[in-house]
Amino acid sequence: MKRLTRWSICLLTLCTLATTPQGPGLFAQEVPAAVLKAEQSRIQAIARASKAAVCVFASGGKGGGSGVVITPDGYALTNFHVAKPAGSAMKCSMSDDRLYDAVIVGVDPVGDVAMIKLLGRDDFPCATLADSDKVRVGEWCFAIGNPFLLATDFQPTVSYGIISGVHRYQYPAGTLLEYADCIQTDAAINPGNSGGPLFNSTGDLIGINGRGSFEKRGRVNVGVGYAISINQIKHFMGYLRSGRIVDHATLGATVASDERGRVIVSNILESSDAYRRGLRYGDEIVSFGDRRITTVNGFKNVLGIFPRGWRVPMTYRRETETHDILVRLSGVHSPEQLLAKIQRPAQSPPKPNPDKPKDNPPDNKKPPRRPPNQPRPQAAPPAKIPAEVAKYIKARRGYANYYFNLLNRDRIWNRFSDETNCSQLDGKWTLSGTIPNRGDVQITFDKQEIRADFPQGQVKVDLTKDFDTQLAPAGSGGLLVALQIWKKLLTEGPTQFGDVYYLGTAPVINREGVFDVLVGTRNVVETRFMFDSQTGQMIGLEMYPDLSIDPCEVTFADYRDIDGRSLPHQLRVRYGNNEFAEIQLTNYAFPEASNKTNEN
Amino acid sequence: MLPSPNHFRQFYLTWLLTALLLLAIAPQSSQGQTINAATVSANVQSKIVKIYGAGGIKGLEAYQSGFLISEQGHILTVWSYVLDTDYVTAVLDDGRKFQATLAGADPRLEIAVLKIDGEELPFFARNTAVDLEAGDRVLAFSNLYGVATGDEPASVLHGIVSAKTPLDARRGAFKTTYRGPVFIVDAMTNNPGAAGGALTNREGKLAGILGKELRNSLTNTWLNYAIPMAELNQAIDDILAGKTRPRSADETVKRPEHPHTLHQLGILLVPDLLTKTPPFVDRIRNNSVAEKMGLKSDDLILFVNDRMAESCKTLKDEISLIDQIDSVHLVIQRGQELLELELKLKNDP
Repeated sequence: MKRLTRWSICLLTLCTLATTPQGPGLFAQEVPAAVLKAEQSRIQAIARASKAAVCVFASGGKGGGSGVVITPDGYALTNFHVAKPAGSAMKCSMSDDRLYDAVIVGVDPVGDVAMIKLLGRDDFPCATLADSDKVRVGEWCFAIGNPFLLATDFQPTVSYGIISGVHRYQYPAGTLLEYADCIQTDAAINPGNSGGPLFNSTGDLIGINGRGSFEKRGRVNVGVGYAISINQIKHFMGYLRSGRIVDHATLGATVASDERGRVIVSNILESSDAYRRGLRYGDEIVSFGDRRITTVNGFKNVLGIFPRGWRVPMTYRRETETHDILVRLSGVHSPEQLLAKIQRPAQSPPKPNPDKPKDNPPDNKKPPRRPPNQPRPQAAPPAKIPAEVAKYIKARRGYANYYFNLLNRDRIWNRFSDETNCSQLDGKWTLSGTIPNRGDVQITFDKQEIRADFPQGQVKVDLTKDFDTQLAPAGSGGLLVALQIWKKLLTEGPTQFGDVYYLGTAPVINREGVFDVLVGTRNVVETRFMFDSQTGQMIGLEMYPDLSIDPCEVTFADYRDIDGRSLPHQLRVRYGNNEFAEIQLTNYAFPEASNKTNEN
Repeated sequence: MLPSPNHFRQFYLTWLLTALLLLAIAPQSSQGQTINAATVSANVQSKIVKIYGAGGIKGLEAYQSGFLISEQGHILTVWSYVLDTDYVTAVLDDGRKFQATLAGADPRLEIAVLKIDGEELPFFARNTAVDLEAGDRVLAFSNLYGVATGDEPASVLHGIVSAKTPLDARRGAFKTTYRGPVFIVDAMTNNPGAAGGALTNREGKLAGILGKELRNSLTNTWLNYAIPMAELNQAIDDILAGKTRPRSADETVKRPEHPHTLHQLGILLVPDLLTKTPPFVDRIRNNSVAEKMGLKSDDLILFVNDRMAESCKTLKDEISLIDQIDSVHLVIQRGQELLELELKLKNDP
């Protein structure tokens, strides 16, 4: 009986414990396994992600910010407004307690993105890039960075939150810094977090933090931060690697909402590619960049994620008919305009000012006068860049760092010329072939002219005259000129051809993925040469007699070996909305020995 | 061989003990189940409304938030200057735009109910609203900073309830007429444009309405809070029942032979220049009833005999429906105080 009594007391105690989960009971203090597991996952994700985070410090105490390494050889992303005050070189700390030298690579002033390269290792821990279009509102996320430049011990700060919004559009701040299609988060984004990574809950990179809504709340986090989506940056990645100051795109048309809530074309330039493809005033934009368009902001979001020069699919509706087109986007700014805008004084990152008056009125007071007999303050001399860093910097007007443009130009060309070395073949070329079902073709490139026999007749180009007025054969947009330029690049290489620079990566019609693009100017025409980074082959070119008209587009395929040189045997020629011809080449006839000439 | 009664009893008790142990642990584990905030967010978004109206000049945003509380298109929001226009636009989560009319308001609670012409709309059922206590996780849905337009979803922030406390605990520090209990939230929920948004628990169940921006005048800090639905339900019921709707809106109402007039009462309003000029008192005639009862210039008249006076025109119309033999009951706002006054003409017994 006594034993039963003891059991009963024990049972009663257990019952009490079991029915008071909020009390200080034995079981109430145990953390559920699922919570502990979630916590461990979070700790691991943060630990992994933190290794790739970078704290940026501009030389000479000119501020700083955050960044994230995205490749083992040290390429990293940050904000343009963080990199700009730093200039060509900066210092970057990582959580391994080391301070690295870094140089600027390329900048996107409109998108507020800069690419830098950390030096000294080829095995940097780097972030995994996520698909930011899959990010959903309500998901957990975390930001890592250098808020208030706290990372004097090199250790970044982590702030946790949720995704508050996706596909947000934030109007340009001043004349630049437009945040299109960005990610909104309530994870704390403070001054100094700029340029730092926003990760999803598994520690994959979904965006670059850089902006917040503040208004009258002072310039510290109020739960509304914005990150540039990593998918947008993926589009610009090749452009940023080019060392250039890259521009965003415009359709050449503006849109507005009508009374029925449709997004319609409210104005359009007749010189735009969209106009040439058939878009007109009053047409309804149905989709753009494979995304359905329901608001003006939605349209601006899509427009903001593409670089200048990319071709983007678009569907518009006129009355009851829909039309699918591929539109080539032009630049928002001319190169000179862009240069002028970014050379204005930097908008320094916002700094918290708790002592500021209640309503934060604009501070338009004049600076205090310098006391008499005191020396005029001198600007701090620019910090000297060490020689081992300086060798990664090459200044040229219009470039953030020309060193990286040359690096990529040579990378592409060397890979291509390994297989297609025509440097000894300058002189007369004769290409023979057929246009299936239409007849034979023969094109002869001579010193002073190009002669060609097409099924529709014989045509010539005088190489001593401007190319832009000799766009033969009719309907091709200038095929003979395009092939002449192709031949000259093959035989002379980019250093002798003229001004050849690396544009970046861009999509090509009817091909998956993006391709390296070199741009060369010869005579009075500009030509873009596209290369497959996997094979190294030149897969096409676009020859622009004038940037406001359609180019002659030639795609190269069916590469075959001729005397140790890999050369294309299929040429597809497009002009505007039409395919001009598909030429099957059967023979290349070259000069027997190298023979330098003075042709164009 | 059958077990002895003692053995059986020990076996039974051991089994019971084990079962109780499992029971004690099981509820704890279930609390650790992951609630998918992304799914919750998607469900709530369909009930959130973007509201556009008056404002747009410096410091006065022309937008705020709201949420649907009936499938016929009643929208709960905050009572503010944004509604001081005949052209209030409500934009639903799917991008549909509606012209909204003011169904009623309660200035004491600083809430208003708008009505749009809709049917079978998703809405928060008020009778399933939840109460919260300190430590509860919450989500806040609003169109803060006007970030979202058209069919773009509202912003969602997460946090916990720091306290449930009367707002008048800080009386004098906050410029508000509301003195009841609020949920204080540790997230920055009450940004510009967020007022009128929904505070939910982590399962997306409605708990309160995000209040207007409040800054503590002593500490210069902004308060993040929501008013519990339980505090609002009676007022919302009254509004939906038409109890606060101006009688003048009803054309069949019987008009008295000898009505009151503002002139007789000694009240001169500000010039009526806008479509909805707020009925501020410009001047009080000397020795008038209004003066004797303490009405002052700059007072804002909110209610006349429990009917809302949303504009100078409405106020005049409402006054004209009150017989001179009856008293006029006014609710006025003076600064941040709400006062009630009873005006009677002197020939009244």
